[in-house]
Amino acid sequence: MDKKKIIKELIEIITPYVPEKELIDNIDESKELINDLHINSAHIVDIVLDVEEKYDIMIDDDAIGKMNTVGESVSMIMEKIKS
Amino acid sequence: MKENRVVITGIGAVTPNALGAKEFNNALQQGKSGIQYWEELTRLNFRCQIGGVPPLTDEYIDSLLPEYFSKKITNKAIIYSCLSGIEAWLDAGFGMGSDTRDPESGIVFGAGDLGFDSLRNSQEYYSYYVDRGEPRKLGSRTISEAMNSGAAAYLNNLLGLGNRVISNSSACTTGSESIFLGYEHLKAGKAKRMICGSTEGDGRYIWGAFDAMRVLCADSNENPAIGSRPMSDTSSGFVPGGGSGALVLETLDSALERGVKIYAEILGGELNSGGQRNGGSLTAPNSEAVVECIEHAVEQAKISPSEIDLISGHLTSTKGDPIEIENWSKALGLSGDDFPLVNSVKSMIGHCIGGVGSIELVACLLQMENEFIHPSLNTQSIHPEILKLIPNKKIPQKSIKKEVKTVIKANFGFGDLNCCLVLRKWEA
Repeated sequence: MDKKKIIKELIEIITPYVPEKELIDNIDESKELINDLHINSAHIVDIVLDVEEKYDIMIDDDAIGKMNTVGESVSMIMEKIKS
Repeated sequence: MKENRVVITGIGAVTPNALGAKEFNNALQQGKSGIQYWEELTRLNFRCQIGGVPPLTDEYIDSLLPEYFSKKITNKAIIYSCLSGIEAWLDAGFGMGSDTRDPESGIVFGAGDLGFDSLRNSQEYYSYYVDRGEPRKLGSRTISEAMNSGAAAYLNNLLGLGNRVISNSSACTTGSESIFLGYEHLKAGKAKRMICGSTEGDGRYIWGAFDAMRVLCADSNENPAIGSRPMSDTSSGFVPGGGSGALVLETLDSALERGVKIYAEILGGELNSGGQRNGGSLTAPNSEAVVECIEHAVEQAKISPSEIDLISGHLTSTKGDPIEIENWSKALGLSGDDFPLVNSVKSMIGHCIGGVGSIELVACLLQMENEFIHPSLNTQSIHPEILKLIPNKKIPQKSIKKEVKTVIKANFGFGDLNCCLVLRKWEA
């Protein structure tokens, strides 16, 4: 699947959880979900559920730990879609 | 110790016939019923297939709350509470989005139950995920949306208030109790202002259990607007509803210092229980305690019953209504032509369970501010026991233009709980 498309879709998924809209305007792959985008750590599990539903994949606990940045999350999604 | 005088400086409401206090005012004046037929309830074999559901839209949610609420929050009771709470807070002249904690303000926000609510966007009750072996799908929000303190917690997430943040729950007394608890706290000088209110969700999960008790109206499925008919000789059970009301209570000193609009002063009130004795039970009030509650509220308020312009009753459209009128008459020592006008908001919106008391108090303030008394719908034929005590004309069938200075309001709840408040219009 096209990486650009997944980045765009992931941004749509995380937008409601980002408290300040300006942070979304300046988003790039290097941004950390919690530290840079100020997403409440409790909401990471909600983002994971939204991603699972969107792509019909399963993200296990180990994989969640590797989704720190936007880029890492996109890689994780692409890997799971392939397997 | 100096006791503070306590006034109301902001109001907000989400009800089955209105979104926001302004719309609610129009609906009350017009006597607009918010009760509708719900096909789903027929399909699910409910006896009562009508109810009051606020006409919520994403546009309205987004106009007052961050996008997160319309997109992600599924518990309607939480959304209602944040809408009415923020509306009241803004109405009182405060802003949103401050980064600093405000230790002089607090919250008392109750609900009958936040866990019963059906989810807003889904067809399923959340615990079914657990039963299917998929607990991980509950996500992070199930606890915060179902915990009894969820309404206050989400509201304060937006406001950052640092005084007491309490979540009360006392069945149908919850709403007036939240205001009473905030009033006592301010009177004692422990805060400058409190957002007080209550909320209840709506839908098959909470209504099903009432339907099973056979306390809901089952004879008006074809004609929803006449289902809720408090004080009528054909009252056959209450019509369930959902919604939320909120008031900003403030010490008089603080309100005068800020120079803001004051709706009314809370002159006094009382909160008690009938102990589930002497006729009181888990579901019915002990009349002795009801009378005592009203008498004490009047005493505390230091008014004479003859000063009362309006009784905003609990009056649910059940066989308890004639007993309630008898209790009012006994407690106030008034009957016949001396009895004040009396109406029931529930005739328009049904019984919004824990949310109803605060919604009805918002209705009282709107009637004071706009000088009218709203009609009590479906009262063409009053119960004969009521007519033995008061004449027909004391129950308005149409909106009456009238100055309303002093209102007394009570609610009674399962567990034999009573709350009564006396309000007086503020005249600067």
